[in-house]
Amino acid sequence: MRERFIELILLLAALVSVFTTLAIVYILVKESVVFFRQVPLWDFLTDTQWTPLFDDAHFGIMVLLSGTLTSSLVALALAIPLGTIIAIYLSEFAPFSVREVAKPFLELLGGVPTIVYGYFALLFVTPLLQILIPSLPGFNLLSAGIVMGIMIIPYVASLSEDAMRAVPMSMREGSYAMGATRYQTAVRVVVPAAFSGIASAYILGISRAVGETMILAVAAGMQPTLTFNPIEPAATVTSYIVQVALGDLPHGSTGYQTIFAAGLTLMLFTLACNIAGHMLRRRYREVY
Amino acid sequence: MSTDLHAIRALIANHKRWDAAFAVLGFLALMVGVLTFVALFLDMAVKGLPRLSYEFFTTFPSRRAEHAGILSAWVGSTLVMAVTALVAVPLGVASGVYLEEYAAKNWVTDVIEINITNLAGVPSIIYGLLALGLFVYQFGLGQSILSAGLTLALLILPVVIVATREAIRAIPQSIREGAYALGATQWQTVSDHILPYSAAGILTGMIIGLARAIGETAPIITIGALTFIAFLPPAPVSATPPFLSFEWLISPFTVMPIQMFNWTSRPEAAFQLNAAAAGFVLVIMTLAMNGLAIWIRYRLRKNIKW
Amino acid sequence: MTAIIERVPSAIGTEAQPVLKAEVRGLSFHYGAVRALTNIDMVLHEKQVTALIGPSGCGKSTFLRCFNRMHDLYPGNHYEGEIVFHPDGLNLLGKGVDPIEVRMRISMVFQKPNPFPKSIFENVAYGLRVRGERNRRNVEEKVEQALRGAALWDEVKDRLHQLAFNLSGGQQQRMCIARALATDPEILLFDEPTSALDPIATASIEELIHELKQKVTILIVTHNMQQAARVSDFTAYMYLGELIEFGNTDTLFIKPKMKQTEDYITGRFG
Repeated sequence: MRERFIELILLLAALVSVFTTLAIVYILVKESVVFFRQVPLWDFLTDTQWTPLFDDAHFGIMVLLSGTLTSSLVALALAIPLGTIIAIYLSEFAPFSVREVAKPFLELLGGVPTIVYGYFALLFVTPLLQILIPSLPGFNLLSAGIVMGIMIIPYVASLSEDAMRAVPMSMREGSYAMGATRYQTAVRVVVPAAFSGIASAYILGISRAVGETMILAVAAGMQPTLTFNPIEPAATVTSYIVQVALGDLPHGSTGYQTIFAAGLTLMLFTLACNIAGHMLRRRYREVY
Repeated sequence: MSTDLHAIRALIANHKRWDAAFAVLGFLALMVGVLTFVALFLDMAVKGLPRLSYEFFTTFPSRRAEHAGILSAWVGSTLVMAVTALVAVPLGVASGVYLEEYAAKNWVTDVIEINITNLAGVPSIIYGLLALGLFVYQFGLGQSILSAGLTLALLILPVVIVATREAIRAIPQSIREGAYALGATQWQTVSDHILPYSAAGILTGMIIGLARAIGETAPIITIGALTFIAFLPPAPVSATPPFLSFEWLISPFTVMPIQMFNWTSRPEAAFQLNAAAAGFVLVIMTLAMNGLAIWIRYRLRKNIKW
Repeated sequence: MTAIIERVPSAIGTEAQPVLKAEVRGLSFHYGAVRALTNIDMVLHEKQVTALIGPSGCGKSTFLRCFNRMHDLYPGNHYEGEIVFHPDGLNLLGKGVDPIEVRMRISMVFQKPNPFPKSIFENVAYGLRVRGERNRRNVEEKVEQALRGAALWDEVKDRLHQLAFNLSGGQQQRMCIARALATDPEILLFDEPTSALDPIATASIEELIHELKQKVTILIVTHNMQQAARVSDFTAYMYLGELIEFGNTDTLFIKPKMKQTEDYITGRFG
């Protein structure tokens, strides 16, 4: 009897994760429903201004999404190529000693708090970029995007490398036995074989970039602007939520609810990414 | 035959040039990461180290940069971490044990596992929104250390669960079978064998989770941790009865990353030095914790002798 | 224990002087500090099938992999001695010799079929692409030729662009043989090619080997003595990293010279 009781306790503990997901959905939807009673969905999706606190308030999520999109593109333009190259290098080229040092190092790089990266972007990278681009404003999406990209490299590299290492040695030997070099084997055989795993690593990177908050809150300025130009400052979906939280919004006001509508948008996107990544990972596990 | 050989050798030489070029490229790509890290670390160190002093650690933040310190911040961080650990570790280990030792292969288990994987990929700010709506308002816990601790516990729960499961999976089936054969119940097997043997792996997961939690800013800001706190929460223990107090759980507070955020947002150069100092402390702490976890894992890998 | 090399005239013809494709002289091999092969002397006769037999762990696969320098892929290995490749007299194990060059002249078929995640056509064409062959007609011709040589053409000619993973085990292995053949290798190495296959597939591959030897020299490792007896012209018996006996297959199986060989063949151990 005691055994069953213990098992029940453990089950309840495991169910906490389900509870968390349900709670997230509940909270986001509950507040957003109230929001969407006041702001039509169509306006939310198509308005080109985001000025929730003005008397003539506008709620166009596109404005925030443009900031998210631009900064994420900059970040991924850095993280995906570099992460993949590092993964191929570590998996197929690097000697054992280099790999043993590089992998923990990448873990440490990914473990730096994002607020520190934000500081670095604002006070080190931006001044540096201003030497190259004198017209660069103090707050801009470019620095934030670059630093975000570097932060994401360890995730992309580590997951891609895991996927590549899962490719059986016999397949590589088949390639080498035909007179191929390491580069040819890596690019023509290993990468295609590990493709699903690598793609799911990319999707994780996208998810991280879109969900990143502090680097953008610190270094990109929190000015909602509809722009796709990285040299400008802009707010993202995430940094907007921080901005509101820093201020003093009365609980229950439309302004307060905007953060939940923004959060819901973000949640839907990352959910889609997670599902895609999960399905890809399942596929590559099946092949071997 | 010899012309063939000639052509073959030229071809191979060409291919090997690509090989060498890529090896260089790969190494350079790694260097990007290394250089960034070094630049970041040195920048913090150079600007921040001069500010580090006993006073810095024991003074409250102030409107005057030279007199500002991180006392409330690191005390707040410590208290929040305590709550986080106390909630996340039992929940995470229990979940991990359930999934590995008890759960049958049915749809309930699938749902749980999908949820865990999903939650690992949810942005931290969403946890902040959850906390704001649920803990702060719905449950009425207010903008307190308790809310923050619970939020971060949920955030790092997947990390602890995954680490627990991997540690438990590493235990060979023969040990379990040996215990059962001697008449042990499932719980006895778990508490006498599974948990002790997987303790090191679980510890690693806990350390990594806490290292992550210490640096989290967005969810705590969203809850409403104030950025200018010039007092400490009430102490948990006191000399007068009742000796234990829980008032600190519902007290307003701040944490290290928020203090750093606050200082970074101020334009005065002096505050930026403070930010660098706080950042340096944060980086050292997370480096030390992650390094410790990596070291434990490394020792585990070498010492395993079942 | 010195190996006894029998120089026998080719089983088919009446030449007094056998044509050799390769000569192994004093080959020893070390995995790091462990010595896996000791002082092997052997020859490969051109366009003949030579089989390597012996109990598990005797070093026959290790020996096979010396021919195409597969050991170079892993750190800490080194060779002693020579493998002289005819007719140009190149020592395959020489310090200045590029393993990639060796692998372009000597192909290998592995124990478990290892198709690449590509179409059947691209799998077979892989060696040609690695050699920089760009002419489409040439590639198509060679792929067809190779698939015919592997007795697989009729079964796959209508689905050349489907993934190779969809073939059965026996078909995959024949495709791997076609892949190895497409580059016109001078020696074809087989590392226990039928141990992962069912008896019918095994029989078809043995028949294939019989035909292939008209075009290319073959060295095959097998743990199945009967297979060696069926398929090969020459057999080498190995034990604990040494070559115990080498000779004409019929002679070795009927009247082995060494007692150790006889013990293995009659099943006294192994």
